[in-house]
Amino acid sequence: MFEKTGVATREMVITKFPPIERINKGPVAVVECYQKIPCNPCQTACPCGAIRIGEDINEIPQRDESLCTGCGICVAKCPGLSIMIVDGSKSDKTIEFRIPYEFMPLPEAGERVIGLDRAGQPVCEATVKRVMNPPAFDRTPVVTLEVDREFIYDFRNFRREA
Amino acid sequence: MRITKHPILTFERGRELSFTFNGQPMKGYEGETIAAALHAAGVKELGKSSEMHRPRGFYCAIGNCASCQMIVDGEPNVRTCITLLREGMSVETQNGKGRIK
Amino acid sequence: MREVELLIIGSGPAGLCAAISAASSGASVLILERSFKPGGQLIKQTHMFFGSESQYASYRGVDIAGILLEKLKEYGERIELMLNATAVGFYEDNVVTVLKDEKEYFKIRAKSVICATGAFEKSLAFPNNDLPGIYGAGAVQTLMNVYGIRPGNRVLMVGAGNIGVIVSYQLMQAGIEVAAVLDAAPRIGAYLVHASKLARMGVPILTSHTVKEAIGKDCLEAAVVCEVDERFNPIPGTEKRFDVDVLCISVGLSPLNELLAMRGVEMKYVPQLSGSVPMRSENCETCIPGIFVAGDASGIEEASSAMAEGYLAGLCAAAKLGYAPEDFEQRRSEYLKQLEDLRSGPVGERIRAGMKISQL
Repeated sequence: MFEKTGVATREMVITKFPPIERINKGPVAVVECYQKIPCNPCQTACPCGAIRIGEDINEIPQRDESLCTGCGICVAKCPGLSIMIVDGSKSDKTIEFRIPYEFMPLPEAGERVIGLDRAGQPVCEATVKRVMNPPAFDRTPVVTLEVDREFIYDFRNFRREA
Repeated sequence: MRITKHPILTFERGRELSFTFNGQPMKGYEGETIAAALHAAGVKELGKSSEMHRPRGFYCAIGNCASCQMIVDGEPNVRTCITLLREGMSVETQNGKGRIK
Repeated sequence: MREVELLIIGSGPAGLCAAISAASSGASVLILERSFKPGGQLIKQTHMFFGSESQYASYRGVDIAGILLEKLKEYGERIELMLNATAVGFYEDNVVTVLKDEKEYFKIRAKSVICATGAFEKSLAFPNNDLPGIYGAGAVQTLMNVYGIRPGNRVLMVGAGNIGVIVSYQLMQAGIEVAAVLDAAPRIGAYLVHASKLARMGVPILTSHTVKEAIGKDCLEAAVVCEVDERFNPIPGTEKRFDVDVLCISVGLSPLNELLAMRGVEMKYVPQLSGSVPMRSENCETCIPGIFVAGDASGIEEASSAMAEGYLAGLCAAAKLGYAPEDFEQRRSEYLKQLEDLRSGPVGERIRAGMKISQL
């Protein structure tokens, strides 16, 4: 299915998440890169050596959740915008996501938005916590959103209310 | 039709230029091509094909395919997708093959 | 007649890298560029590039053009960039005829030539495919990202390769609705991370679909699409209508290299490289000594490979002119290694097969 629609299945998505215990400890990167393509900026960008591709730049990146600090530098560096940060340490009811968002206008902190799944369909409500767009991100803003825990494997994007 | 806000790019347009399209006064900007200025003004049909006289717009926008040829300042077969707009230009739709005087 | 050491035709990623590489070895270079802007198709690429650091991965194409043009300046008068100059002929005595500003017509004789002329967009046959509003996807990208003009209000994209999905995403960034992306193939050809970016914006990607016809009088008003079977035959009764004012055709590129054929370089039709390409050595040299090819003109690939090929061709062309740097062999192996890395994965399989067939 994935190769026909570009929408990863839930089973595929879950394989990219670290165990929930790790997510509950603090922020960690989820690298949704499923295909061998010649690309390695995530490995180059990671200051902790937590994302490994190796010598062959076609290999699929492996994220070591014990080394990853969830700093998020990789989020704006991935040319495929395939990386997000998940953090379950803030509350036992919600998860914080940090996702890249290259559209205008940018949302504002505190704004309620519609959470979308990997097919762009509405799945939940989300609250914008923070919008980061420093020069180092090179015009790939990163938006922090708070989402109910039950949507942890569904939420992947958002849409502003009309 | 002009993009004013863009998440990645900023568009610095040159000074405003006046030109005519089939005799009608039009505006464009320095640094853009004739086809781009026309498109911004909502003009997509740039001429007619040589055999069937079907409407023609641009196709490649890099001067490769000849679909955008128009009569510019009386000169036919000008590839308007790569020719920069100039002040006071006369631009006309071209019906079929241009005639070189 | 003007005489030059190394003539490079084209100032896209391959041509610019070739010039930098050759000039850094000591060769004098003249670059001919037919457009009034250098950089080839880099100037409209707003997305971050793939590859590794050596090919400026993670930088946006438009910024890579800027980086390379800055580098050119470091070589001062050793590199001349001539804009609005189209190479129209390439003759036996290495004479290239040039049309400058659509007015002046003159000859240049070069000791060595690198052809980095790029590619052009293919078209697709269906009724009314000539209506205004039906454009190459690259053309729409030029209009929108170079000139800041919207091609229309609602777009249907034909082709789910990298260009099709990337341009669709860029259309959305410019505030334009993308109704759907279709592709006759049963699978998405683009890197799937690009496809996913689009899918999560709610744009359906319809594989095994093709355009049946375009509808409109003076301009495009709608397009009818249908499903195709595994042999690409339309399946009756599966028609869907999309009311769109723009149809983007992104069904692949063809190498642009007629100049090499005119010069008498041995050419071969290689489907894996998307068309007729020159036979060449590992060093990008054709069967005629001193004539090189780099980038899409040698077969359709990504811009990252075009840059690596440019560096390699520039290095080897300069060496042939007597400007071999001390670390020639080391640099040559480095560029070859970069190319091997870029082509070694599953997505490079077709390219590897094509390279084998087109190798002298």
